[in-house]
Amino acid sequence: MSPRVVIAEDLYLLREGLVHLLQAHGFEVVAAVESGPELLTALTGERPDVAVVDVRLPPTFTDEGLQAALAARRAVPGLPVLVLSQHVEQLYARELLADGSGAIGYLLKDRVFNAEQFVDAVRRVAAGGTAMDPEVIAKLLASTARHEPLGALTPREREVLELMAEGRSNAAISQRLFLSESAVGKHTASIFGKLGLAPSDDDNRRVLAVLTYLNAARSQP
Amino acid sequence: MKRHVVAIGQGLALGLLALADIVLIALSLVTAMLTGLGMIFVFTPTIRLIRRRTMLARELTGRWLGTPVAPSYLPPPPPPRPQPDGWYRHERQLYKTPRWPEWNNRWKWLFTDPATWRDGLWLFLNPVAGTFLLLPFAVAGCFLAAPWYPNPVATPAAAVAALATVIAMPWLLRGYGWWNHLLLSPTARSVLAGRVQRLDRVRLEAADSQAAELRRIERDLHDGAQARLVAMGMTLGAVEELMDRDPAAAKALLAKVREASSTALTELRGLVRGIHPPVLAERGLGDAVRALALDSPMKVTVTVDLKTRPESPVESAAYFSISELLTNAARHGGAERVWIDISRQDRTLRVTVTDDGSGGADPSRGSGLRGIERRLAAFDGVLAISSPPGGPTTAIIDLPDALTWSEPETKVPMPRWKLVVVGLGWGLGWLPLFPQGLVTMVAKLAGADAFSWFLALYLPGPWQWPMIVFNILLGLGMYGAALALPIAHARRHSMTENTIRSLKLDR
Repeated sequence: MSPRVVIAEDLYLLREGLVHLLQAHGFEVVAAVESGPELLTALTGERPDVAVVDVRLPPTFTDEGLQAALAARRAVPGLPVLVLSQHVEQLYARELLADGSGAIGYLLKDRVFNAEQFVDAVRRVAAGGTAMDPEVIAKLLASTARHEPLGALTPREREVLELMAEGRSNAAISQRLFLSESAVGKHTASIFGKLGLAPSDDDNRRVLAVLTYLNAARSQP
Repeated sequence: MKRHVVAIGQGLALGLLALADIVLIALSLVTAMLTGLGMIFVFTPTIRLIRRRTMLARELTGRWLGTPVAPSYLPPPPPPRPQPDGWYRHERQLYKTPRWPEWNNRWKWLFTDPATWRDGLWLFLNPVAGTFLLLPFAVAGCFLAAPWYPNPVATPAAAVAALATVIAMPWLLRGYGWWNHLLLSPTARSVLAGRVQRLDRVRLEAADSQAAELRRIERDLHDGAQARLVAMGMTLGAVEELMDRDPAAAKALLAKVREASSTALTELRGLVRGIHPPVLAERGLGDAVRALALDSPMKVTVTVDLKTRPESPVESAAYFSISELLTNAARHGGAERVWIDISRQDRTLRVTVTDDGSGGADPSRGSGLRGIERRLAAFDGVLAISSPPGGPTTAIIDLPDALTWSEPETKVPMPRWKLVVVGLGWGLGWLPLFPQGLVTMVAKLAGADAFSWFLALYLPGPWQWPMIVFNILLGLGMYGAALALPIAHARRHSMTENTIRSLKLDR
């Protein structure tokens, strides 16, 4: 059975593009809406397997989509939502991740250009995983870099950490970095050891642990 | 006692100073004569001398009499600017050096400034005012000299006169201060002129920086996104050509186009962030600054106490000022921690940025700080910096009246006792007024005193009329109170509002 999707995007062309793209990859689009209130009704009414949501929506053209997504997730905990935006902010990423239940994606709209990667991200979120934009991770790491013990990581370990924080599995990381899966496993174990985190095989819990860690590293004095 | 002694000293000094003005008066009379004869070169230095004297009077009024007097002069003319050919023009004359036009401008400035003539009037009348200050001394002196004459009244009179001097001196001084205010303080016109000149400058700077900003955006678009779109169009044309002949090459080119579009988007994103950050548009100042703090390599603590959003341009000015201050703290101050506090004081938006860096920030040297001041000046905002060497640095931004128009009407609810009175008035006022008041009165006039529910008629005869009148008055009073209390409440509330507003305007 194909996964059911709700799409919220105010620009007609982009909305149609997303509908076609996801339909072509075997998703069933149950609703394609263009405003915040409609989105909230669709999310709580349809209970889709995943929602693809633009941050800025009518009627206020502020962060209507984000607010609707957060509200829907309060009503339906763990409702998978992939948020798209013209710009990414750590602030929004933190708000999305705050409830700790995962199934969250936060990507730049540009990522739609690469259809395979985008659909992969949608599937990952639908499966309860995480898809964070590399730019969010880069910003997060850049602003945390000076703090111990991130400085103790080797460059290779940092690369692995970045990909891990984006929400990728060991298999995907090994493909990306041309490493064997066992080598990636060793790296992750080493990273978790250096950061003092409990190792876990569950990709999603792993991501949340890393992101929580990075956030905490920033906010403590 | 000490106050009186000081007052006597001050009065004596001011009085003698005022008498000494006679020299200056003589000088200015000579000058006026010479100027009338055509020797206008003596005019400027004399006026300057008089201005120095009146500035001294203003300063003493502020320091001794406790009521500072602001200078009232029109702003000096700007220095003459050469024409494109290097000559200086004044009216229909051309000059090689700026000396003559400058001198002419100065002369005109001094001559046409009403404050000059008010100064003159003050100078001419000041010895008279000074005489009043000296009068008690003269009287006391006369009587003190009296014991040398055989006069029995003189000694006690001298004592009384001296005592009167001591007591009267503060009053005389206050009167003298009022006299100084009368002619030396700025007129509404000169205040306005100063403000207009300042606004002119601010407007020019705002327009300048806006134009520079637009040029920068134009350049960025021209060299960045626009150029990339052109390249993409060209590449797409090539792809069209290659599609049939060499699909593999076409595919490779398409990948390049996608990459170029991505880069163009990244550039546009950066540009948009510089014009008006999306978080600011979406969430307002508080969250935008929080987002800024998250992206900063320093540990930044943000506290925000704002219930309403300021106007968008003000918000933007505050945001970019904070952004600049953060950059400065990291780059020049080497700060590790920063505290940002955004709050409101009345209608003023106040931002405090404190860092633990090495300090030594100086607005007169740092162009970044100058930029912030320019940005804020357009909204009457000010930047105050305290940055001793060794730190910490604290920058305070005040944007007055930033929150005036967006603030929702705050309604002060009526206190409970007033609500009870209003309720009782409307609910029960009819009872004493009609059945127990007016109707009873009619009944009594009609002579029908058998109605059992007219309480007043049960009283003994002489008490019946007073009781009826009392009931009528009570009923009217209850209705009156129910009507008047809300009106008075609303009026007082709106009056305080308006007073605050008008006080703000005065300043």
